[in-house]
Parts: sequence; structure tokens; C-alpha cells
Amino acid sequence: MDLSTIYEILASALRMATPLLFACLAGLYSERAGVFDIGLEGKMLMAAMTSAAVAYLTGSAWIGLGAGIVASLIFAAIHGLASITFRGNQLISGVALNFVASGATILISQAMFGQGGRTPPLNGAARFHEMTLPFADALRPVPVLGPLYADVLSGNAILVYIALLCVPLSWWVLYRTRFGLRLRAVGENPESVDTAGVSVVRLRYGALMITGILCGFAGAYMSTALQAGFGREMTAGRGYIALAALIFAKWRPWYALWATLLFGLLQALALRPDVIQGALHLAIPGPALDAMPYILTVIVLAGFVGKAIPPRAGGQPYVKER
Amino acid sequence: MTETPTPSERQATAAPLGDGAAVPPAIELRGICKAFGPVQANKDISIRVMPGTIHGIIGENGAGKSTLMSILYGFYKADAGEIVIHGKATPIPDSQAAIRAGIGMVFQHFKLVQNFTVLENVILGAEDGPWLRRSLARARTELKRLAAEYEIDVDPDARIEDLSVGHQQRVEILKALYRQADILILDEPTGVLTPAEADHLFRILAHLRRQGKTVLLITHKLREIMEITDTVSVMRRGEMTATVATAETSPRQLAELMVGRKVLLHVEKAPATPGREVLSVRGLSVTDAAGVARLKGIDLNVRAGEIVGIAGVAGNGQSELLEVLGGYAAATGEVLMNGTALDLSARADGRSRRRAGIAHVPEDRHREGLILDFAAWENVAFGYQDAPEYQKNALLMDNAAIVADTRGKIERFDVRPPDPFLPARGFSGGNQQKIVLAREIERNPDLLLIGQPTRGVDIGAIEFIHKRIVELRDAGKAVLLVSVELDEILSLSDRVIVMFDGRIMGERLTAETDERELGMLMAGMTETATGAQA
Repeated sequence: MDLSTIYEILASALRMATPLLFACLAGLYSERAGVFDIGLEGKMLMAAMTSAAVAYLTGSAWIGLGAGIVASLIFAAIHGLASITFRGNQLISGVALNFVASGATILISQAMFGQGGRTPPLNGAARFHEMTLPFADALRPVPVLGPLYADVLSGNAILVYIALLCVPLSWWVLYRTRFGLRLRAVGENPESVDTAGVSVVRLRYGALMITGILCGFAGAYMSTALQAGFGREMTAGRGYIALAALIFAKWRPWYALWATLLFGLLQALALRPDVIQGALHLAIPGPALDAMPYILTVIVLAGFVGKAIPPRAGGQPYVKER
Repeated sequence: MTETPTPSERQATAAPLGDGAAVPPAIELRGICKAFGPVQANKDISIRVMPGTIHGIIGENGAGKSTLMSILYGFYKADAGEIVIHGKATPIPDSQAAIRAGIGMVFQHFKLVQNFTVLENVILGAEDGPWLRRSLARARTELKRLAAEYEIDVDPDARIEDLSVGHQQRVEILKALYRQADILILDEPTGVLTPAEADHLFRILAHLRRQGKTVLLITHKLREIMEITDTVSVMRRGEMTATVATAETSPRQLAELMVGRKVLLHVEKAPATPGREVLSVRGLSVTDAAGVARLKGIDLNVRAGEIVGIAGVAGNGQSELLEVLGGYAAATGEVLMNGTALDLSARADGRSRRRAGIAHVPEDRHREGLILDFAAWENVAFGYQDAPEYQKNALLMDNAAIVADTRGKIERFDVRPPDPFLPARGFSGGNQQKIVLAREIERNPDLLLIGQPTRGVDIGAIEFIHKRIVELRDAGKAVLLVSVELDEILSLSDRVIVMFDGRIMGERLTAETDERELGMLMAGMTETATGAQA
């Protein structure tokens, strides 16, 4: 196995990690606010379909992205209505929305385009294309770091860089702003926020809106950058892997980056059985690699790698009492 | 500690009379009413508290104290009435408004974020802008100042979960002070504290008073009222029965006002003929999870054919006693049931207690006596689901037999409506209690533990329940009755034991005591102390 294959796989890992990272950070905001959101998958799917359809119709990937975010936000708002306002069960609401998304995306795209639940292939400005980062070619000769910069980091769609920037941004929002302080507090002990005179409901809706926006990015990336169009069930469980990554990351932004990169790497390897066979002289079936994120998450949950303590008020609707 | 509140004592006498003081009261409530469904939690409450004083509000559990304070802090909206702060009518629709009006509240259960630092908890909701850095810096200097001014020393960078309960409470007080509160409400602040921590708290409160703050202290402990307050209001069953200057009252008077004196419900019963000892308790002690001693060496016995009543203001260890005897709390000491030692470890359970001949009608029937969403017949089987007559074969239960048994119980105990399939929630409080009572009594136990038998029960059912308890006694069974209703204790028991602060204050034969004497004991005063007081 030569170096260029390694760089290839790393580049692929970064691409695979991007939707996971968006979705993982999306889940981080809602879960930190005390709202479990198992509907990341559904929101991503809605966003993927909507942004591909709108990008095809308008010929603009950016307008597609905007539309995808709106679709995802609508689903986030429904989840909020069910689980915050009406204090319903958050898991059931999330699962229900996933089912709705799964059916609705196929139904709508079939009704619009009649191509078996797919959107027509995107090209030109309707897609996010690879962009070359400055000095990529100049830095390539630098050993190790050069190719890492030029061949792995550079040459990706702009959404990849937005995802990476979201990591420090989320850290800063969470730990350095008033909103972040309140967000973390409302997920730990909503009564403390309520008695401090801050609205629990408003905070939680705010968190869900951020979740919706980030899921919109995740979905749009899938259909307008990673691939050129929407295909049925194209998110393929990434919303659940993102939740697994969130636990793996112990609900922290930087850990979320490492967790999703690791899971992305596993997905990239699953796509290249030849590489593993070449390196290990062992045939590991792709599905086994696909299962790794879940296995790793179970190991973390079992407490083998430090303890993952979820936000204390997670999953419980807030009811005021004495 | 005896602070000498020079300015406050003058105002203390003015407060209850309210005759044209130049300074308007810090807090004035006018005609506050609040109902939860059919329950009137607060009935036409009016109160005036002068600035720079500590005002106590005392009353038993469920008297409406916490409701009143929640209204003052904007947690509940009053149905009627007016709140006047420093002479200005101030509607308080939410906590934000209360904070703006300068009201701070320290809840009984702290509202702190466990994995935040002290600083983060203090600024939460009172930040100086969208960025934290400045707020944290200001809070740090401000906490230093407050620590010096009020002797409230807490490490600003400590995480709440690493702090003792006493320190956590100080964080709550700091939170209020940081928000410039000049009225501080403390709800049962000493319930979770060790005596040393409680003393420290009172020193802090005295400091606050000296600095001109107004403190509202909610408690059911008379000692605290006498020790620290300037004026005191007594609440009973949602009503404010009296407001007096602390210096002009006595624990005895307060105890009477708290417990109230209503017409004794007369229970027909012949003199008891106690037989052999059924239950014998020696040196029973319980320390709760927070490290607070709840029972401190209880000795008592109950004989066959007698009703022993445990009197006391709620929260003095009666509940813990029942929990230990009922098998769902661990304790140290020794308990003999019919001469056999009971398991007091955490492994004990209700089933082993039932096997030993103990039946238990718990204090809180909604939480421990019934499953409200289950039908009456299912509730009848709970705890006795292994009874042979309820089994069809080795695998299946005989539901028809349970339903038939329930029909019998419903008839014998006059449960209305007579429907074994109605969920427990659908019965009135009295009928719910009859279902629990029927389940426990008809198993023919040697000892019946019964807590608050008539709480939330209508008059007709009270009479019925009392009669059944007496019948059980006359059948030669032992009964241990816990009630905060002194009337009930006096009319039912043959012997009265008074608990105070986890200890037994005294024991009297019902025939040889009266409400006055018991009230004194409930207030934690023995005869010798009475002499000193008088």
C-alpha cells in the first residue's frame, strides 16, 4: 500500500465524516438542551431531497442549501411542538418524523420528477464543487504535511470547511457565551433556568432550530456535494451513526470532530476492501466495518473508555412543579 | 445565638398591627387566594413584613406555606389578591418579575446545575451581556465582596456536585444576593442541614438582617422560629390563623395555633386490654443519604390489643419510622416482631414484613399504597399477588378469584362506586383509602402500621376507617398509628408517643393527657423546660 492510497483514503474519510459531523453537532445542541433528537436522520433526508430538488429547479446549489435548511427546520419545529410544547415522548416524536421523512421524500420526488423517487442528476452550479485551498500546489512538496494539506484537506466542497469551522464555533458558543451557558444549564437542570427567570421553552426551541439548520447542511451536503442528486434513503442511517458519535464524543464539540472522523474513516475503509486486504492480508467484510461505529459506541456506553454522562435532564419534558 | 435586633423589634410589634408606620412594609400581601382544582391551598391570606426583619411562616406540611411563597416568587399565579412590595403594588406574573422586584428565593430543593461551577451558577440568568468573560469576572469580585460582608465563603471555582449541602445552600443565597435581592425567602432551609450548618445559616441570616435585608423563613420547626425571627405567622389548612411578634408568643401557643383545636371526633371504644408484646423496637436509628440523622435511637413497643399513636409535627422522623418497619428503608438497631428479629438492612422488603405478620397502610397512598392507573381489583392483589387463593395453577393467576375477592371487600368496606374494574384514580380519597385498608386488614395481620389514615378523606369515611381500626384492636391485634392530626391521635390511641427531631419526647396514656401537654412535647419541650419557660 503506497502513501497516495493512504491520502486517498484519508480524503475519502473526511468526505464521509462531513455529514456525520454536521449531524453530530446538530444532535449536540438539542441534547445539551435536554431534548433527545432521534430524528436527525429524518431531517437530513428531508434536507437532502429538498436541496437536490430546489437546486435542480433553480440551478443554484446555494438556493438548494437554503431550501434544505428550511425543510429541516420545519421538521425540527414539529419535533419541538410535540416534545417541548405538548410534552410528548421525544423518542417517539423523533422516530415518527423519521418515518414521515422516509416516505415523504420518495413520494415528493416521485411526484415531481417521476424518476423512481430520485431527483434528476445535478451538474454545473446546481452542485457544490471541489475547491482548491490557497497555496495547495506550492505546499505539496512539504513532506507529510504538504500532501495532507493539498490532497486531503484541499479539494473539497465548501460545505466540508463549514463543517470543520462549526467545531470551534460550537465550542465557543457553548462555553463562552450566555446562550451556551443557559443551553447547558437547561439540559442539566431546567428548574435552575426557570427560577433564574429564563424561559425553558424558548431556550429549547432555540437549540432545536440550530439542530434543524445543521441537519439541513448535512442533508444538502449528501445530495448536492457528496453526490449529484437525491436517491431514496440516501442518508443510510447516518443520523443514527451521528447519535452514536455524539455519545462517543461525550457531548463535546471537539470530541465530536474526532469521533466523526474516526467513524468516517471506518466508512471510507468499508468502501475499499482491496486496501484492507492488501494491508492486512485479511478479508474483513464491509458490513463489519459499517457496524464498527455501533460496536465502539456500545463499548463507550459500557464505560470501558471513561464514562459518558448524558445531560441530566435529557429526554424529560419540563413540567413546572413545586 | 441571640442577636439583639434593635430596629427590628420595634417594627416587629408594628407589623402585625400595621398602624400607620412611616416606612412601608417590605412585603404586603392582600387577600391572596389560590386553588388547585377543588383544593383551596391559600384562602384569603394577608400579611405585612417590615424591612430589616426576619419573619417566620410556620405550619404543618400541606398548610399552604410553599404555595404562598411560590406565588410571591412568580411560580404560581394567585387566583385573587394583591402583592405590594415596598409600598408599591407589584404584580408578579413570573420569576423574572420577582427578581426585578428584589425578591430572591432559596428553595427547599436547590435549583443548581450540578456540573457547573459556583460562578456559573451565580451568573446564570443574570449575565451582563452575550459574552461570559465579563460576567464571570464581575461575579468573581462581587462574590469576594459578599463573602466579606455576610460571612458567606464559597470557592467560586468549585463544582456544585463537589460541595456539601450546606455550601450548596450558601450558593443559593449568593445567587439571590448577586441579583440584588433585598427580600430573601427561604423554604424549609434547615431540613437538609446538619445542626452546625443550620447554626451557620442562622448567623448568615442575622447578618442579612443587620444589613437591612428582609428575610421570610418558612419552616415547621418551632425552635427555629423562636431562635431567629422577629415576627411569625401561623398557617393552617391554607389559612393564616395568626400573626404575632415572636417575643410575645411561646412555642406552646404556636404549637396550638399550628395544630388547631377542632371538635374532637368521638370514637366509640371500650378500654383496651393489652396482651403480649407484638412489636419491640430498640435503639432504632436512621441516617439519610445526605448524612442527616432522621431517627436517633427510638425505643418503643406495641402490644396485642392496643393502638399506639405516634404524634408529632410532620417531618420529625415519623415517616422514617414507618418506612423502616414497612421494610423499605434501612436502619440500625433492633426490631423484634413476635419475638423474632426483623432484617433492618437494605435487603429487607415489604414481602418479608408481610410474612412476619405486618400489614402497612402507607402515609402516601398515591405513591406507595396504590397504582392509580390500575383497576381496583389489581390494586387489591398488590403485595399479596402470591397468595394461594389468587393462583389458578403454577403459572397463571386466577384473575376471576381476585375480582370476586375485590367485590367482597368493596361490599364489606362500603367502597363507592362498587366497581372492581374502575382505576384507582377514579375513586375519591376516602374510597381509595378503604381499598388499601381492606387489602391490608383482611389479611389478618398481627400488627397494622397505618400512616395518616384519614389524610384527604371525607368526614363520613373517617368515621368508618376509625371504626375498622378499633375493631382490629378489639380482635387482639396491635396497631401503630402515625398521624399529624392530634385529634385523631387522641380519639383513636390507647397510648400516645410523641416524636420530635428523631427522638421520642415522651409517652402518655391517652386517658391521662391532653392536647396542651402533647402540644408542648410536639414542640420539643419537656416538663422541666416548661417550668423554665413559665
